[in-house]
Amino acid sequence: MADEIALLSTWPSMFGMRVRVALAEKGLKYEYREEDLRNKSPLLLLMNPVHKKIPVLIHNGKPISESMIIVEYIDEVWNHKSPLLPTDPFQRAQARFWADYVDKKLYDTAKKIIWSTKGEEQETGKKEFIECLKLLEGELGDDPYFGGENFGFVDVSLVTFSCWFHTFESYGNFSIETECPKLVAWTKRCLEKESVSSSLADPHKIHDFASGVRKRLGIE
Amino acid sequence: MAEEIILLDLWASMLGMRVRVALAEKGLKYEYREQDLRDKSPLLLEMNPVHKKIPVLIHNGKPICESLIIVQYIDEVWYNKSPLLPSDPYKRAQARFWADYTDKLYELGRQLWLTKGEEQETAKKGFMECLKLLEGELGDKPYFGGENFGFLDVALVTFSCWFFAYESFGNFSVEAECPKLVAWSKRCMEKDSVSSSLEDPLKIHGFVIMMRKELGVE
Repeated sequence: MADEIALLSTWPSMFGMRVRVALAEKGLKYEYREEDLRNKSPLLLLMNPVHKKIPVLIHNGKPISESMIIVEYIDEVWNHKSPLLPTDPFQRAQARFWADYVDKKLYDTAKKIIWSTKGEEQETGKKEFIECLKLLEGELGDDPYFGGENFGFVDVSLVTFSCWFHTFESYGNFSIETECPKLVAWTKRCLEKESVSSSLADPHKIHDFASGVRKRLGIE
Repeated sequence: MAEEIILLDLWASMLGMRVRVALAEKGLKYEYREQDLRDKSPLLLEMNPVHKKIPVLIHNGKPICESLIIVQYIDEVWYNKSPLLPSDPYKRAQARFWADYTDKLYELGRQLWLTKGEEQETAKKGFMECLKLLEGELGDKPYFGGENFGFLDVALVTFSCWFFAYESFGNFSVEAECPKLVAWSKRCMEKDSVSSSLEDPLKIHGFVIMMRKELGVE
């Protein structure tokens, strides 16, 4: 029986993009459904009644929510191709730790850069964001990927932020490449993979999107 | 070679207790090291330089941090006894989803005893909503894991020894609002791994009184 896979997401979401990258890594066909978060569809509310957020993966009618939980699910079900998590329990724990770090720290600091006006909050956000990236850059070390020789779980969790870098730099007035050259080199390396380049949004479109949101929120 | 397992923890932490329950479920011997979070030990800072928080599990010298990540690690290494996560990927995703949800209780619970007035009322409402949702997820099963005590049971049961403190400062009754959940927590307490890992609710209450004084909440 063919697998029926649907993904509820929004095109600018770096969280939704993580799922797209994972599905592409496994070579899976799926139906993509763009959601309007200001007018949530009955399907989204039915499939994620707890958080009412995207992304939601619907596999043979059953929903899975929370991007990294979805990625782990995809990795476990389609375990015969492109494994994302390592097999060693300690390395798996490390991968989960760093993906959790990206979720807890990076997203919140990034929000301060783009969704607040110039001033102390934005400066603090920028400082913290750069610190987070530097820590992640240190964790990467000299490996081609966070997964070592192969693209893996942490790579999926972080690479989708890279199409938002231009937007962060523009509103925060700084250069990520100057601060974290190795990390930017890593993002370019990842973009050579089709699963990544076909899943990430265009940085200029993201910038336009953010610009629109800021106008709506009255941020200047 | 014998396993060397050390747990850096704080006696009152419901997050640390999750690890204690998991270790007990697997029948593992370990060295418990109480941490002073106002004067963090060199070992804690070395083993968790990123967050500088407890719990930290040190297994044969290597550190693992974040309570639910530690519990998963324990479940994967010592997989031959008392499995905590189910084997079906969909059920595993559901268990992870709800365990992630229980982390909300931590922050809401803190607001319950740290704040007063409207802020506290909001936290109380949010806290009860979470518990009710979790109670719904339990349904008529003996455990969240079904017939057997599992990952989500571990994630949530440690909050139960904090219920008395929350009820006392929040002025409400968990049993009145969520009787099935309280019945479940009592069922869990019949397990040695749980009763030996959770702290006395009265001691937790005393701990909160002390914290409130220290933080100037009155």
